[in-house]
Amino acid sequence: MKELHKDQKFSKLTFLSWIVAFVATLGSLFFSEVMKFPPCSLCWYQRIAMYPLVLLFVVGFFVGEKETFFFTLPLVLIGWIFSIYHNLLHFGVIPETLSPCLEGVSCTAVYIELFGFLTIPLMSFLSFSLILILLFFLYRSSFEK
Amino acid sequence: MKNNIYLFVGVTALLLAVFIAGTRVYQRSQESNLTFLAHEKSELFVRDHSPRFGKKDAKVFLVEFLDPECESCRVFYPEIKKLLKEFDGKLQLVIRYAPFHQNSKHAIKVLEATKEQGKYHEALEFLFETQPVWADHHHPRPELVYKLLPKIGVDIEKLKKDMQSPKIKNVIDQDFSDLKELNVRGTPTFFVNGEKPNAFGIVPLRLKILEMIKKEYGDE
Repeated sequence: MKELHKDQKFSKLTFLSWIVAFVATLGSLFFSEVMKFPPCSLCWYQRIAMYPLVLLFVVGFFVGEKETFFFTLPLVLIGWIFSIYHNLLHFGVIPETLSPCLEGVSCTAVYIELFGFLTIPLMSFLSFSLILILLFFLYRSSFEK
Repeated sequence: MKNNIYLFVGVTALLLAVFIAGTRVYQRSQESNLTFLAHEKSELFVRDHSPRFGKKDAKVFLVEFLDPECESCRVFYPEIKKLLKEFDGKLQLVIRYAPFHQNSKHAIKVLEATKEQGKYHEALEFLFETQPVWADHHHPRPELVYKLLPKIGVDIEKLKKDMQSPKIKNVIDQDFSDLKELNVRGTPTFFVNGEKPNAFGIVPLRLKILEMIKKEYGDE
């Protein structure tokens, strides 16, 4: 009975994580494919981390593998670290000359500001943070007694 | 398990529907914004300095944002020429610049300076034709245009002097600020009397031109 309860919690958490990753993926595709904003190099690294999460969480959700946590954590951490770096650049904490975006698309160009503060890098940071929090609970429900 | 599948399919369908609806809404708003600009700020599309081909009284304006260094502009060029011939008297081409490549500004300066020698039309065709030579992406040699252009009778000494003219700088700056306002993000970008073709390619472009000719001249 206790096991079943745990499983329900597990699938709820993987499902929520999947929704976050899916919305983030569709959102980023909307910006690049519909609004035609060219993604900068840092955006690409975050996309590389985010897109596979959609599939990994789906599989975790259906198969119920508790190890989903371990498979997704590295990607989430990488994306999260990139998004922190990107936001620091964005808010000018790190000067852009030190960044890898010297050619092509600038990583600090502001394309969109929803509600006056929500930029694309901030959305990315929030998505990765949210998934990270969900993963923390996922770990607790899967492995802690 | 079954419930999970329903849940998964349901949420996927919902999110995709939101995505598609968002795409529609966004495209509509872009279109209506363009229509507004075409009516209220038509100078964004055609500036006095913009080179034009075709009869001056033609009522359909094909505005092309191009870059002498862009390969697809090169591919489009002969097709555009055919369209101008086909709709002679009803269609005119307006050239605007979108310097999106490495040496675009240099090439545009060269091209604009040939105007002073009355060689603009020839130079545009010639630069497109010889583009693989001077604008190879792996090894661009923009200085080669000075060797190539004398073949069509351009005086290079005069050209180099004319290239420094602030008039040319103004043309590039003006076109750049217009393309920002018109949301042009790639070359070539076409506007037919202020409207964008429904898709990228020569066939959608031709359809848009036909639509506008019908609008301006009626069925003939």
